[in-house]
This record gives sequence, structure tokens and C-alpha cells, in this order.
Amino acid sequence: MKTKTFIAITLLLVASGCSSPPGTWGWYVIDPSTQNGWNNIKFLLSGFSATIRLSVLAAFLSILIGLVVALPGMSLNRWVRLPSRVYIEFVRAIPLLPMLFWVFYGLPVILKSLGLNIPIDPFWGAAITLAISDSAFTAEIYRGGIQSIEKGQTEAAKTVGLNYMQTMRYVILPQALRRILPPLANQFIYIVKMSAFASVIGMQELTRRANEVVVSEYRPLEIYSLLILEYLVLVLIISSAVRWLERKMGADQRS
Amino acid sequence: MADTSLAVQFKNVDKWFDDFHVLKNIDLKVLTGEKIVICGPSGSGKSTLVRCINSLEQHNSGNIMVQGKEVNKNLSKGTEVSSEVGMVFQQFNLFPHLTVKENLILGPMKARGLTRKEADDRAMKLLERVKIPEQVNKYPSQLSGGQQQRVAIARSLCMEPKIMLFDEPTSALDPEMIAEVLDVIIDLAQEGITMVVVTHEMGFAKKAADRMIFMDEGRIVETGTPDDFFNNPQTERCKLFLKQILQH
Ligand SMILES: Nc1ncnc2c1ncn2[C@@H]1O[C@H](COP(=O)(O)OP(=O)(O)O)[C@@H](O)[C@H]1O
Ligand SMILES: [Mg+2]
Repeated sequence: MKTKTFIAITLLLVASGCSSPPGTWGWYVIDPSTQNGWNNIKFLLSGFSATIRLSVLAAFLSILIGLVVALPGMSLNRWVRLPSRVYIEFVRAIPLLPMLFWVFYGLPVILKSLGLNIPIDPFWGAAITLAISDSAFTAEIYRGGIQSIEKGQTEAAKTVGLNYMQTMRYVILPQALRRILPPLANQFIYIVKMSAFASVIGMQELTRRANEVVVSEYRPLEIYSLLILEYLVLVLIISSAVRWLERKMGADQRS
Repeated sequence: MADTSLAVQFKNVDKWFDDFHVLKNIDLKVLTGEKIVICGPSGSGKSTLVRCINSLEQHNSGNIMVQGKEVNKNLSKGTEVSSEVGMVFQQFNLFPHLTVKENLILGPMKARGLTRKEADDRAMKLLERVKIPEQVNKYPSQLSGGQQQRVAIARSLCMEPKIMLFDEPTSALDPEMIAEVLDVIIDLAQEGITMVVVTHEMGFAKKAADRMIFMDEGRIVETGTPDDFFNNPQTERCKLFLKQILQH
């Protein structure tokens, strides 16, 4: 199914390239048989590594932040719950790009005023921003998964003497995990797509590299078409992994 | 001023769910070692009363003493329940991701600090007592309802509680499995442990109960020995209830 979509889109691009009036397409910019085309391809594809590293780090941080936000968010005490709700609503309301600018250009100023000389490079700036932005969704996924476990489980855990942390660790989280993992993996697709914004603060990932070749070659149609294909490949791989995970979690169901 | 002969004592206990008055001026003394059976129509507050004993619910006024210690009514719901009190639920509430043995040893190891060896030994003894030692490595979903409830009983006993609470332990079971679970509970009743059992199984009550309590609309309406209770009920409500229950 996924593979078919991919082939169809590729064929569509190629067909369009062959049937359009002369001059519309100029595939020579990424023609691997020419020295220049091959160099361009290598340059463009080398952005994969940065996009993937950035996405993985952001996802990892988001998974941690999400848990820290979600746990107090489920407290029975509404004053404990409040900061968590505020964080989620606040983060969800801010568009990614302004948040990225704030973290990359604004946060260092604050850190400096506090006497902390921590430089924020594009990689970390983008990773932190993506993680924060995604963590609001991650937190909600945790909450949904944890609250879907019946109340009787918590009660039984209490009656055999477990405290809150033990109940979470040994009873609730292991059961919630199989309901949390598939949607969490799905969120990774969001991160990969949003990582393109890192290009505007100068991070050398897929989109930034495409922009740079476009500027030097004046061939936006071909380069951006290839860029879209690059993201498509990444996302299709991840969503196949999610499908697999969903099947595995479903088959593992013991309740 | 703790009276050591009392396992549980309710003094003028009231509880509301928002504006619904679920327990009304409850006074109750349960002696150490006593077996109490609570019955009454659905919605009369039986579960709520029992759950106040181990802090799964909090009362709003009055006092509850358990094993000589006052149960704090101002606790938030997340706080610990008394570990001297075991509980068996209508829906078993076994941990589905853990094997039978893991279900049994979790509390003793994490909350009581037993070594795995000690906990394993204790678990095996109790599984023999509830007559399913051969199921030790299965998951709850692989067992019948009656077996699951017996595992749940063993899981509670693994914590060596002084008081056992049973909230309709056979109500979710198919009829042919009720006896195997009641037999285990009757067997347990031969010992010194204090028991509070919510059930409509009147045969069980006659065999095991020292005292019957009848609840209706949040009040304890009648209390007495099984003999008196079944042969000579005092109130109209209780007579009606017994008539309905004993018809089938
Ligand atoms: N958590 C709750 N919130 C609101 N009402 C409740 C809650 N638990 C029980 N009730 C209500 O309190 C009444 C008594 O419930 P319960 O103690 O479960 O009765 P019983 O066990 O005798 O059937 C019922 O009317 C029930 O609907
Ligand atoms: Mg009930």
C-alpha cells in the first residue's frame, strides 16, 4: 500500500517531467551521470543524517518531558494538576516557528543574564523547540493511556501495599505502555516533518540543503520535488514501523 | 484509648458523594476474629462502608478506627490504604500483565521487603491453600473466573492481613464456580482472621457468619446472629429482602 503510493508519486513526477513543455523541468541538476548532478545529489542526501539525529533527540526529550508533565496532570489535587494543564494549553497554542526563534535567539539572552554562558547551537535549539512543542501531545497520549487502565487496578495495587510510584511502575505503566507506544511512535512523524523548520536557524538538514542548492542552481521545481520524496521515504518507513508495533502490541494483549 | 479487642469501629460515620448521602450515621463494632456478613439491596451503601475501612473511600464525619488506629478522613484519595487490611473485589482486579505468581509476590516484595525466595515460598503455600498450585505460571486471562478469584484471595493473604474484606466475591462468577470460591472463604473463616463479607449468598452466611448486618439506604437497619436474623427478622424491609433473596 505504502510502496504503491510512493511509486505512484514518483511516476507522476517523472511523467510530468517528460510531458511538460521544454524548459519546465531540468533534471540535469540532479543527474547522477554528470559530475555536478552527482555532487548535488550527495549534498542533498547528506541532510538525512542531521534530520534523523535531530528528530530522534527531539523525540527522546519529548518522551521524557511528556511523562514529567503528564503524571502531575492526573493528580486528584487540582493545584497539582494546574501547572500541567497550563503547560499543555500554552505549548499547544504557540506556532512552532516563533517558538523556535524565541529559543534560538531569545533564550541565550536570558541564560546570559543569569550568568550562564551556555551557547545554543542550531541543532540543540531545534531539538529543544521540537521536544517542547511535541511534549504537549506526548503528555496527552500518556494521560489517555494511563487513564484507560481501570480504577480497580490502582485499588488492588493499594490493597497489596504499593505506594503511588510503585503502583505506576509495576501495575499501571506496563499495561498503559501497549496503548501508549503506537500513538507515541506516530508522533514521531510529526517531529520529522516539523524538523524542516530547523532550516531557518541554519541547521544543515534536508530542507536547508535543498534551499542552498536551489539558490545556486535556480532549479526549485526539481530540488523541492526531490526534497518531498526524501520526507516521504522517511515518513513511510516510520509509519510501517508503527503499523508493525500496533500489530505486535495487539497480539500481545493479555487482558 | 485503643480497644485491642476491636478490629474495626465506626462511630457516627457519615459520607456523601457530592449531595448524595450514602452512609448515614453508621455505628459498628467488629471484634477481632469476628466474621461479619453484610447484605442489603443494591445501592444501599455496602461497598462504600467496606471501602471506608481500608481508605479506598474517605468518610466526611465521625470516626473510624482500624486495628486501634484512627482512619484519617482528611486524607486525599491517593494516600496509602492500611496494609493490615486485605481486600477481595467483585471483579477480581488481578494484574493482567503478570503471572499468577507475580501477582502474589508483588506486594510482599515491593511493600514488605521480602526476598524473592521468601515471597515465592509464601505464594506457593497460599496457592496450595486455595487449591490451584498448578496454575502458578499462567496469566489471569488463562484462568476461569473461579480460579481468578481464588488467586485474588491468595494475593491478599500474601500480605498477611489482620482483616479481610470481601465485596461480593462471587457476584461476577458463573453459578458452577461459586462453591469453589465460597469453600476457600469458609476455610479461611476457621482461622483467627477478622472478616467482613458483603454477599447475598445466604447459605454461606449461615455457615460462616458470627453476625449479620442488613443495610438499606445508607443505614444499618438490622444486626443480629444468623439465627435471629434469618428466623426472626425485626423490620419489614429486612423481611421483604430475605423473602426476595431466598426465593432463588
Ligand atoms: N464514586 C461514587 N460517586 C458517586 N456516587 C457513588 C459512587 N460510588 C457509589 N455511589 C453511589 O452510592 C450508592 C451506594 O453505592 P454502593 O456502596 O456501591 O452500594 P452497594 O454496594 O450496596 O450496592 C449508590 O447509589 C451508588 O450509585
Ligand atoms: Mg457493591
